[in-house]
Amino acid sequence: MQKTAFPIGAVLRYFAIALYVLFALFPIYWLVKIAVTPDRLIYTEGTQIWPSNFTLDNFVSVLFLTDFLVYFKNSMIVSLGTAFFTTLVATAAGYAFSRFHFRGKTIIIALMLITQMFPLLMIIAPIYKIMAGLRLLDSLTGLIIVYTAFNVPFATFLMQGFFDGIPKDLEEAAMIDGCTRFEALRKVIFPLTLPGLAATLGFIFTAAWSELLFALMLINSDAKMTFPVGLKTFVSKFAVDWGQMMAAGTLALIPSCLFFILIQRFLVKGLTAGAVKG
Amino acid sequence: MTAITLNSINKRFGPVHVLKDISLQFDKGEFVVLVGPSGCGKSTLLRMIAGLEPVSSGDMIFGDTRVNDLEPRERDIAMVFQSYALYPHMNVERNLGFSLELRKRAAAEKKDRTSHAAGILGLDKLLDRFPKALSGGQRQRVAMGRAIVRDPQIFLFDEPLSNLDAALRIEMRIEIAKLHQRLGTTMVYVTHDQVEAMTLADRIVVMNAGQVEQVGTPLDLYSNPANLFVAGFLGSPKMNFVAHDDAALNLPSSLTNPSAQTYGIRPEHIKVTAPDDTAHLVGTIDVVERLGSDTIFYINHGATKPFVVRVPGIDRTAIGEKIGCQFQPEDLHLFDQNGQAISEHKNG
Amino acid sequence: MTMALPTSPGNGRGRPLKRFQWLVEPYLYLSPAIILIALVILVPLVVGVSYAFQAIDLLNPFETGWVGFANFEKLWADRLFWKALTNTFWWTLGSLFFQFFLGLGLALLLNKPFAGRGLVQGLVFLPWAVPAFLSGLNWAWLFNPIIGPIPHWLAALGIMEKPQNILANPELALWGPIVANVWFGIPFFAITLLAALQSIPRDLYEAAAIDGASVWQSFIKITVPFLAPTIAITVMLRTIWIANFADLIYIMTGGGPANSTNIISSYIFTTAFRRLDFAYASTLAIALLVLLLAYAMLILQMRKHLVKGI
Ligand SMILES: Nc1ncnc2c1ncn2[C@@H]1O[C@H](COP(=O)(O)OP(=O)(O)OP(=O)(O)O)[C@@H](O)[C@H]1O
Ligand SMILES: [Mg+2]
Repeated sequence: MQKTAFPIGAVLRYFAIALYVLFALFPIYWLVKIAVTPDRLIYTEGTQIWPSNFTLDNFVSVLFLTDFLVYFKNSMIVSLGTAFFTTLVATAAGYAFSRFHFRGKTIIIALMLITQMFPLLMIIAPIYKIMAGLRLLDSLTGLIIVYTAFNVPFATFLMQGFFDGIPKDLEEAAMIDGCTRFEALRKVIFPLTLPGLAATLGFIFTAAWSELLFALMLINSDAKMTFPVGLKTFVSKFAVDWGQMMAAGTLALIPSCLFFILIQRFLVKGLTAGAVKG
Repeated sequence: MTAITLNSINKRFGPVHVLKDISLQFDKGEFVVLVGPSGCGKSTLLRMIAGLEPVSSGDMIFGDTRVNDLEPRERDIAMVFQSYALYPHMNVERNLGFSLELRKRAAAEKKDRTSHAAGILGLDKLLDRFPKALSGGQRQRVAMGRAIVRDPQIFLFDEPLSNLDAALRIEMRIEIAKLHQRLGTTMVYVTHDQVEAMTLADRIVVMNAGQVEQVGTPLDLYSNPANLFVAGFLGSPKMNFVAHDDAALNLPSSLTNPSAQTYGIRPEHIKVTAPDDTAHLVGTIDVVERLGSDTIFYINHGATKPFVVRVPGIDRTAIGEKIGCQFQPEDLHLFDQNGQAISEHKNG
Repeated sequence: MTMALPTSPGNGRGRPLKRFQWLVEPYLYLSPAIILIALVILVPLVVGVSYAFQAIDLLNPFETGWVGFANFEKLWADRLFWKALTNTFWWTLGSLFFQFFLGLGLALLLNKPFAGRGLVQGLVFLPWAVPAFLSGLNWAWLFNPIIGPIPHWLAALGIMEKPQNILANPELALWGPIVANVWFGIPFFAITLLAALQSIPRDLYEAAAIDGASVWQSFIKITVPFLAPTIAITVMLRTIWIANFADLIYIMTGGGPANSTNIISSYIFTTAFRRLDFAYASTLAIALLVLLLAYAMLILQMRKHLVKGI
């Protein structure tokens, strides 16, 4: 029985949806708008919705006159590396949580929850010391290791949710059919968690792409800076060059937004319990 | 020759003692059905045979090999799950052939055996479909086909038909019986359904609260239940139990036994008579169910539970009428104060 | 019946090995995570906690040592701490309230099919992908009357007398980061709640409709009870996360003006990295951790009741 909604209800719904879209996109639009506004108009037309003139100068100078591309490359390496290793480690851990009952499980889960609970600032100094001892300061590898550790707990819970959505019967059937547990994981469970995996990858990529604090503390040479740190130096160096900053910001948005648009469907689907049943 | 021997098997989930000291032997080629109330440990026992649950203590022996420490894949068994557990990302053909794929069998052999199994179950036209696009009955067939393709030593079924509607269930029940005749493989089958148990089983194992209550052929269990639990569990409608001091009961002394606490009589073993002195029990009809083939009376004889009588055909006796019931001595079951059957009376 | 035990075939698989395997296998899968977390988080955490009981002055390395609870006594008497605690409360509550209800609204809207839903979903979730520092900068710019439109709109609407930067007004400054945080956080709630909504079996609604439930009734009687456990856990995680989340504040206001937007985490940041007082920073962090732990316990306890209720 499909009840036809009153047109007034439908209109309200679309109006609400439009408001959400507007609220979500306006700040991003503004970023892009200032980036393409010629310098001389920024103040005179700074608050207009639509500038009278466009320019790509800001993008050109950001790309070719600054270290932007270096930051971009570093951020790519760090974010992809983090996403990959986190997902790998979290998949294994999430699988263990989902499929095994074992001594110490509660304690480990509690410890993982605690890692989500305190201000990271508290441990930056000790981490700095440890990384210095391991000679991993000012290195992208070091950053990847730290990011991976910090993202593993959340990614593990995420992956556990995805695994929980896959009936246990399936891998038991596979094990009876002749798989070892690991083969069952690889051949039967793994293909079914692909949406979940994509979602986790995207989530972690975005998180790593955004991280500022550790990058600020653990990286100090220009050649190793990730994008957030680089942009922060922009802010202090070119405090008045709004156009260039916004152009840089716009460019930095592209990969994480692209990634996110690609994976957000999987995120909802993957989080939906039992999505893979039947 | 024995196919499976369970030797003092115990199972604990942490502090919970789920299976207590189970010892059983299943013969080669036998169709064994495990029945019992929900939560009594049937699935757990089956999963231990499959190797999906570790055995807490005791020995699990296939033939003369102790398999406690073998992985499921090393036990040469096939299992049909209640949920079917079809691989959603593989089509029917790959689902059927997955076990052969894992054993790296030649493509030709795979094709051969898959299509043979598909032929037996009428799945030929569905080989390219994915499980999503199958009906419940078809999924069930694929699950069975997957087991057939394996050609295992032992088939395990965990309530394989419980997700099907009544008509399909009967159809598949017959298929399974035929399958057993054709293959002659040892089968262990868990079910809730009495009819499945009675019709399919060579032997039935009745379980309760983690223990085996009785093992025997279907008719044996029906005619000679070892205790109150088995007596009440098998048979539909259930066996009537009447306390030895029930006022409505009027048994001649030849039928009674001083140690009997409870008398049991199956509804279908009762003859309806006039409510006079010759009746063994007298009561008034509370409810009548006329099924066409049978008529079922629920008789109020002063106890909390009605006394149920099943007579063949259509009986016009109306609600509120007083009637008498008569039993044959050999149909009467006697139970002592521990609920154990007293068997001497039958011989004497 | 007794029978001679057949010995297992000579493949060397003994029972102890098997036992061992059942015991060890989960840890095999968990070990990379455990090792990583222990080394990079837990060990530093213990070290960090120990700082709270020491005097650590990087500028004055000879005056270090254990000081017992001195740092906590200092905390109790610290007016700035209490101010930051109040700010943390309002910051968390304000952000959470709007994130949650706007996120729930969005999830409900997206739960019904309509033309272009896929596109809309991609667009409205986009803020989640914007790095926090960038959204902080961006919103700071939007609130800046020189290049941002918001003050002009507020003035035009008569809410403000003339276009001013609210981030410079101690009375209003906290709203700046809160708005940015709401913008950034709606998608998270929308995603989790949408997923929870979609896992509610459809036939429940159909059954309710047949039973004569109105749209509102089926929302209250079906949707809410089903969402409640998800809501409890999501709200808990988000609360903790928001309370700890200083990036936006640090970037937009730096805790100012006049500490009016200083929350505990941003206070920790300045204590640690401007004043280099790691001991006191740890003390502050422990105070926050204890409060959040208590809060988490409370929510988990409530969730137990909710789950039972279904
Ligand atoms: N993993 C487990 N942890 C703890 N207890 C369990 C576990 N699996 C099963 N049990 C308990 O063991 C008992 C037997 O369960 P089992 O699934 O074997 O019952 P069953 O006879 O198959 O019931 P049903 O007919 O409902 O399927 C139940 O009381 C159940 O709660
Ligand atoms: Mg069961």
